[in-house]
Amino acid sequence: MKFGIVVFPGSNCDQDCFYVAREVLGQQAGYIWHKDTDLNRFDCIVLPGGFSYGDYLRTGAIARFSPVMNSIIGFAKRGGTVIGICNGFQILLEAGLLPGVMMRNRDLHFICRHVYIKTENDQTRFTGLYNAGDILSIPIAHNEGKYYVDARGLKELRDNNRIVFRYCSVSGDTDERSNPNGALDNIAGIINKKGNILGMMPHPERSSEKALGSMGGYPIFRSIVNWVKKGKRQ
Amino acid sequence: MLKAEINIILKNGVADPQGLTIKHALESLGHKGLGDVRIGKWIAIRLDYKDKKRAKEEVGLMCKKLLANPIIEEYHFKISEE
Repeated sequence: MKFGIVVFPGSNCDQDCFYVAREVLGQQAGYIWHKDTDLNRFDCIVLPGGFSYGDYLRTGAIARFSPVMNSIIGFAKRGGTVIGICNGFQILLEAGLLPGVMMRNRDLHFICRHVYIKTENDQTRFTGLYNAGDILSIPIAHNEGKYYVDARGLKELRDNNRIVFRYCSVSGDTDERSNPNGALDNIAGIINKKGNILGMMPHPERSSEKALGSMGGYPIFRSIVNWVKKGKRQ
Repeated sequence: MLKAEINIILKNGVADPQGLTIKHALESLGHKGLGDVRIGKWIAIRLDYKDKKRAKEEVGLMCKKLLANPIIEEYHFKISEE
């Protein structure tokens, strides 16, 4: 299968995602400059982390209007697999492909460290290799990760099992103490209703090799590969 | 030329940790009796328009589409002659 990794001015995790796709997973990968609009040759679009457009105005607010975004919206509407990581998640929120908004971290600090997250939904194409309740060690690196959505939006997410990952303690408690950034309901990752768009603040591409200290994120990419390959065989 | 001055601020009820931090700093300087402190953005745009009504419509669209995020922010603007 082929991963397409979008490069905005200011993206800085694009090469890590490319490396994981090619070298760790042994799949094909290509970069998509944000002015390109042809996505036909890709099976999964990755919106990587970074500081697109310097985070000016609001995180993701300007990138959301890059030419590639119209194609991504079309790709997603046709059921294509899209994953937004960190700044990529922020862009998906600004584009309205996922509900809610990211605000500055509760304590106004940029946080760069490993955290624990709990897999809440293992019935997605991104989490097929996890079991619900699995606790992953995975790094976060962001200044705006305090997820917020109104009460109706939160109910909608909960009722439809759309909260995929939540921040937790090493033993799996999803309480305020294990919430690094003040995110509503400890939310670290959500999915759209159709189940083909995942947004998450932690960086799976930074935890896909033993040498980097944790493998918590690797099953996400592997799950995507399995899901796409299964679809192609059918 | 016309000039639009836009204020964007977090909606009431949305926590503003920057505002709270500033409030604490002001209190530590001895300022008393402070209520909520809210921090926002101020954006000025020069517009090569003659018609104020058109400018108002355009700036309203700019705010809705890009400048403010309606989930957490509200905006106000005024248009004046330069």
